Amino acid sequence: MEESPRAHFLAACARGVLAYQWDPAAQRAVFYPRVLAGLQWRESAGAGTVYATTIVRPRDGEPRGIVLVDLDEGFRMMSRVRADVVRIGDRVQVAFDGDGVPVFDPV
Amino acid sequence: MTARAVIGGVAESDLGAVALGTRPEDLMGQAAVAALRECGLGLGDVDGLFAAASQLNMPTLSAGEYLGIRPRYSDATQMGGSSFVAHLNHAAGAIEAGLCEVALIVYGSTQRLVGRAGASVQELDPYEAPYEPLNPVTSYALAASRHMHEFGTTPEQLAEVAVSARRWARLNPKGWSREALTIQDVLAAPRVSDPLGVRDCCLVTDGGAAAVVVSAERAASLATPPVTLLGAAEAHSHRHVSQMPDLVRTAAAESGPRAFAQAGLTPAEVDLLMLYDAFTITPILFLEDLGFCAKGEGGAFVAGGRTAPGGPVPMNTNGGGLSYCHPGMYGLLLVVEAVRQLRGEAGERQVAGAEVALVHGNGGVLSSQCTALLGGPATL
Repeated sequence: MEESPRAHFLAACARGVLAYQWDPAAQRAVFYPRVLAGLQWRESAGAGTVYATTIVRPRDGEPRGIVLVDLDEGFRMMSRVRADVVRIGDRVQVAFDGDGVPVFDPV
Repeated sequence: MTARAVIGGVAESDLGAVALGTRPEDLMGQAAVAALRECGLGLGDVDGLFAAASQLNMPTLSAGEYLGIRPRYSDATQMGGSSFVAHLNHAAGAIEAGLCEVALIVYGSTQRLVGRAGASVQELDPYEAPYEPLNPVTSYALAASRHMHEFGTTPEQLAEVAVSARRWARLNPKGWSREALTIQDVLAAPRVSDPLGVRDCCLVTDGGAAAVVVSAERAASLATPPVTLLGAAEAHSHRHVSQMPDLVRTAAAESGPRAFAQAGLTPAEVDLLMLYDAFTITPILFLEDLGFCAKGEGGAFVAGGRTAPGGPVPMNTNGGGLSYCHPGMYGLLLVVEAVRQLRGEAGERQVAGAEVALVHGNGGVLSSQCTALLGGPATL
């Protein structure tokens, strides 16, 4: 393996692209990226819907929202939405924070 | 109903907050000796060893060394809190296959003593870690959020699970949290990961347990009334919550029906439910997935104290992981309580006429689901 799936994913993030994989045999999206036979890399359009939400409230520190997002291409990922109020069903669009980590903005 | 195997002695180790310097192996040893003694066996009789422990990388080796035994068959299956229900299944299989005759299952944890961070491997998933989930609670909170969204489950219904557990714990002299608890108390407790608050989360205690499993033939020579393993099955669907296919449907929907089919039983025939309550949402999901109510109706099912003492569906009669004891991987303590109930030894919290118990272990973040059906002495 010349490039790990993780390295490929991070390189795409650095270009502002959310990469995922496609399994042609099963005709379905695969995420997180992995080393399995026949998987093809694809680029997501980054549009999705909030599937589940929580707000972590540390004893010391600021609360932080965490979501699961269903991307329109058919895969799900953990992330956060840069908004004060986030509800299941909200439409969101991927963005990348200062560290190149994929986050979402409300649409 | 045919018994696949028989559970002989069972025991808890010291629970709650153990003495300074206690090692997980001390708790395994303490419980092992008590469980063997209860059924009239000794360490020399054990030829199969089953163990899991988050503080021990090679738990059967550590337990075997500590106990001074040389088992001919060992199984250190690690699937989190459900591991020990899987061990029951594996022990029965090993006995059926002639790989061992006397199986000992052990567990020990000093997570309260050493601190949670020091008690388990911190495994960072690169696709979840950047968002800083407070696991495991965040994963269960996400599932609870989805259940509330899809089915209208309320915080009050989640709180019912905690209140029911507390009411049972108040009847258990070994319960860790025994002060009165109301739904309002649960709702007013500090939030940890919305919608779950502190009282929606299991305890963080020390503790250990042991159980002895033998063949139905060998059971006749034991000192304990035989509790039968009538069916057991396992399933797992993911490791990380972001990979869970459907957050309101667990793999208990696979392990449950397989265990029931093996036992030749139906949910209507179950007298006692021991459902792993790591968080208040978990028994609600398992009641649905195991067939005790329809999908989405778990919240209504637990409302009004129906699973509490005096209610029609006795559940988690030791007080559960929420109020009795939760040393990190609680599954073996579910088995201990079910066995005592089926023998009629549960004292003030005894479920009258309990003949069939369902023990359901959960591991990871709703990841691993292991179901066992146990029968009282009359089922042998």
